[in-house]
Amino acid sequence: MRDKSKLILLLILAGASIAGYMFIELGPNWDYALPRRAEKIAAIVLTGTVIAIATLLFQTVTNNRILTPSIIGLDSLYMLVQTTLVFFLGSTSMTVMNKQINFAISIGFMVVFALLLYRLLFRREGQNIYFLLLLGLIFGTFFGSFTSFMQVLIDPNEFQIIQDRMFASFNNIQTEVLIMATVLTGVTLLYLTKFVKYLDVLSLGKETAINLGVDYDYTVKRLLVIVAILVSVATALVGPITFLGLLVVNVAYEMFKTYKHFTLIFASALVSIVALAAGQMLVEHVFTFSTQLSVIINFIGGIYFIYLLLRESRT
Amino acid sequence: MVEVHSVSKSYGLKAVVDNVSVNIEKGKITSFIGPNGAGKSTLLSIISRLMSADTGEVLIDGQKVKETKSRDLAKKIAILKQSNHLSLRLSVRDLVSFGRFPYSQGKLTKEDQVYIDEAIRYMELEDMQDKYLDQLSGGQKQRAFIAMTIAQDTEYILLDEPLNNLDMKHSVQIMKVLRRLADELGKTILIVIHDINFASVYSDYIVALKDGKIEAQGTVNEIITSLTLKRIYGMDMPIQEINNQKICVYFS
Repeated sequence: MRDKSKLILLLILAGASIAGYMFIELGPNWDYALPRRAEKIAAIVLTGTVIAIATLLFQTVTNNRILTPSIIGLDSLYMLVQTTLVFFLGSTSMTVMNKQINFAISIGFMVVFALLLYRLLFRREGQNIYFLLLLGLIFGTFFGSFTSFMQVLIDPNEFQIIQDRMFASFNNIQTEVLIMATVLTGVTLLYLTKFVKYLDVLSLGKETAINLGVDYDYTVKRLLVIVAILVSVATALVGPITFLGLLVVNVAYEMFKTYKHFTLIFASALVSIVALAAGQMLVEHVFTFSTQLSVIINFIGGIYFIYLLLRESRT
Repeated sequence: MVEVHSVSKSYGLKAVVDNVSVNIEKGKITSFIGPNGAGKSTLLSIISRLMSADTGEVLIDGQKVKETKSRDLAKKIAILKQSNHLSLRLSVRDLVSFGRFPYSQGKLTKEDQVYIDEAIRYMELEDMQDKYLDQLSGGQKQRAFIAMTIAQDTEYILLDEPLNNLDMKHSVQIMKVLRRLADELGKTILIVIHDINFASVYSDYIVALKDGKIEAQGTVNEIITSLTLKRIYGMDMPIQEINNQKICVYFS
């Protein structure tokens, strides 16, 4: 089967970029460098998988291939939480600097916000899913403005701390947080397996899905909660990075030209891992930490996005 | 039998379906006709649980639609709406295979393949079954979607304007297939249709809606009369009998 060999190729590519990241320019102090690199690569694999799957699910539920979950405002909420913490508690406080507490707080806020948003949406029957996107967009903008407002008032030294968090980065991840994130992701993905079979049908649209016996509201609600948790995990772990999802899911669609989500889930996760691992290699060895990974991703992703729009408008 | 008991549905203040009660007989083709905005599509959506009614209830074979599991309903009733835009890269056969989802939940069995082949043959799509949907014309796409509902193998098939975008040849072909489904396999077919001549020639019963209410219902002979049609559409239509079929001449 052609899909299978493509998947194997991707798997090898992912393995190669992970190995490349682990062993290039390892130097004489490998017993120090290797565990640190392993930690980073674990975070990269986790984030890559999580973002790719969350975006794929979100695009399937919304039947739109140029959306990312960032549209429901979780990224902006993350920045708001970080800024508010620094604003009120100062950059030296425990809550800001202790990664575990910070991680828990960020995830808590994002998941609760998403659930409230969904409640609003699903309280009335037959509500259009675009209503959710619109609401999310408005909340996102609101969070963004409020964040800028506080950032303007803040002490410049403290602003440095926030600025650090504005870009996704794998350079400073703690093992304890990583373990928390992995467990949370594992449980969520396990829950997702219950719904994988419905994804293909959902991509045919709401009415066809109902016709084929999918309990639409029930399934979509659960899928959106899964998306919210996955996005929150990735964002709290490394910072706002949902744009990556748009890039890798579309690459996966282009590569596989299939509608089968079973394949697409693995494909987009692998593409995502390759992109992140190779990108991080660039950051460390070519740019020697002079730029952030998310800057590179946004740059390449932006170009690809424009290409997508141009091509869609032609057909 | 499909029983609709005093069903109402309104958008804002406007009642789109207003206290409608109707019984639909098994094994027959029932056409829903009426002017634009009469509530035909909405009624079909309510019967097939795509929408829920504000008041009233729908029973299929004595079971309340609201209280039946969606998956069980999907084996009993299939609905095809009028606009089917897909951005997916899907072959005709893939699409038809989706009709088997209520049974196999995505893992196709040998038995499923038999139903899929049969549905493709019924709609005469054999030579294009491996083509992708975006390579097909509007009419071919429509036939592929109908093949999907046939593969679903339900007792009740609901079609919302299945003749949209189709030329005469394919319209006739689809109506003949529906006739065969009713006559040979005993399926119950409900269609919303705009061309009253197609309704007149191919259906057993006609239900006419106007402003969300049932204006008339009965056999073709009872409904296709100048008097009744004037009440429904508000225009004069002479009716000619050609080969024992009632044809409305509504062009002047």
